[in-house]
Amino acid sequence: MANSSTTNEGLEPKGLMKVITASSVGTLIEWYDFYIYGAMAVIIAKQFFPQDNPTAAFLAALATFAAGFVVRPFGALVFGRIGDVIGRKYTFLLTLLLMGGSTFAIGLVPGYAKIGMWAPVLILLLRFVQGLALGGEYGGAATYVAEHSPLGRRGYFTSFIQTTATLGFFLSLGVILLTRKSVGVEAFNDWGWRVPFIVSVFLIAISVYIRLKMAESPLFAKIKKEGKISSNPLKESFAKKANLKMVLLALFAAVMGQGVVWYTGQFYAQTFMERTLSIEFEQVRYLLCFAILLATPFFLVFGAWSDKIGRKTIMLGGMLLAIVTYFPIYKTMYSLADPKAKTEVAESSSTGTAVAVNAAGDSTITTTTVKAYTDGCTAKTVKKEVKLADKSKPAPKAETTKTFWLNSSGFWFMMFLVFIQILYVTMVYGPIAAFLVELFPTRIRYTSMSLPYHIGNGIFGGLTPFIATRLFDASKTTENPGGDPYIGLWYPILIAGVCFVIGLLYLPSKNDEDVSD
Amino acid sequence: MNSLKRLAGFIWIALGAIVIYLLFTQAGKEIAEAVAGKRVLLDTQMFWYIIIPIFLPIILGLLLFGWYAFKGEYDVIARDSEHLS
Repeated sequence: MANSSTTNEGLEPKGLMKVITASSVGTLIEWYDFYIYGAMAVIIAKQFFPQDNPTAAFLAALATFAAGFVVRPFGALVFGRIGDVIGRKYTFLLTLLLMGGSTFAIGLVPGYAKIGMWAPVLILLLRFVQGLALGGEYGGAATYVAEHSPLGRRGYFTSFIQTTATLGFFLSLGVILLTRKSVGVEAFNDWGWRVPFIVSVFLIAISVYIRLKMAESPLFAKIKKEGKISSNPLKESFAKKANLKMVLLALFAAVMGQGVVWYTGQFYAQTFMERTLSIEFEQVRYLLCFAILLATPFFLVFGAWSDKIGRKTIMLGGMLLAIVTYFPIYKTMYSLADPKAKTEVAESSSTGTAVAVNAAGDSTITTTTVKAYTDGCTAKTVKKEVKLADKSKPAPKAETTKTFWLNSSGFWFMMFLVFIQILYVTMVYGPIAAFLVELFPTRIRYTSMSLPYHIGNGIFGGLTPFIATRLFDASKTTENPGGDPYIGLWYPILIAGVCFVIGLLYLPSKNDEDVSD
Repeated sequence: MNSLKRLAGFIWIALGAIVIYLLFTQAGKEIAEAVAGKRVLLDTQMFWYIIIPIFLPIILGLLLFGWYAFKGEYDVIARDSEHLS
């Protein structure tokens, strides 16, 4: 490609910005649609999955979350093929409609209490459709922008597409917080959680309108005119050794590590703060919003920088920093919200008990303990015990809910620690679209780049919170009932470590400038 | 450098084989414990029934990657479409 006489000079800046805006807005909305589910995994577990076992309910919701990720590579194959045969424009229009329709429908599905097992089954199916649509979207948008970009600036222009995943997550957090504030916590947990799903239909309508006005990618239009379109992109991508080995290289030398660094920084950090540290719901979301807003411009910085010093250096640099610093970062996060390391102010702490008796004579005893600490942090523990009137029946297990509020300096320091992790995300993820586009030829680019991208991000990355939470739960023993809070980090560290070594050995250091072949 | 790339091919093949072995032995051990009532059966089964079918094809991909590396397929990375498709 570098020696080709054909050059890709790209569009005028004004035209290029139109292409970037139209592609990015649609992709951002698709990410928003995809993430609102994950951001509300705990509420969805209560609404759609059997309640008797909270761990099962939580894992079931995460599995549904994972199902959305696991299906993504199949979406990459289906829509990648369509994109390489019919064209980029109509393919990512179709994925947008599928994503919008399924998100809207999730907002309308009645809960488990009303329709029983149909509820989780319907949710699972709709989540599958979301995964398929997302699998087809990203490759199309990245390819479309890259094929419009001028030589030597592909990293910068495609990094706009790279911001959409993080901004989509930010938008989902913002809409959730706004809805929760507007309707109140109780109403939000009851029905308000549906609003962010239903809102999606309006966002999709705007995006479809914008995308309908776009023209086909110039490189695709050129090879179509010349009759060089692949008749079977799947066969060409994965049955030919010359191309298959590049697909494997993309996966094991770059995307696999990028995926785990991304999902650790944005999603495992959230799970860790909520499940392990019990930090209050809104504090966690505000903290994430600030960290994302501050880190997002760095996608563009590292994207542009990768045009100058190479994609490999920046991506592997991000991986190495993550590998080396994850343990110290998470240990510091833990210390900020560890009640055992704090001094209690006895006169500001309180304990109250309330007893409620139902018609059957069963009584629910709720004990609320609030502890204040000298540094301004607060912790609340609510223990609910049910005593049955019928003593012959076994009493249900007592439920304990812990909530921790960080003080002001703790909040900002925690935000900084999450910001650092998202900074690593911008390093590994900012240049990846340009890197993947440059690895494959135009006729099979959509298919070839989409599969490794979605295996790396969907499977290795998407399963990070699921696997890390599982490792944490498995570390709880009778001798250590609290478990090892850091054990989950071994998963991203090992995956990123293997990827770093493979990348260092096998990836070329120089960018491939010309993608017009 | 090319010798190192080829030699490392062995490591990726060995790594793939070790992960397959660990995956199946750990799954077998945990499911047996769950059947004996030491773990929650639903959680244990669900976890392994998701993990094994997903990761197995990917590990086979790693074995193939190692084989290609060992054969010297990555000594030179193709930069033009004639060599790719």
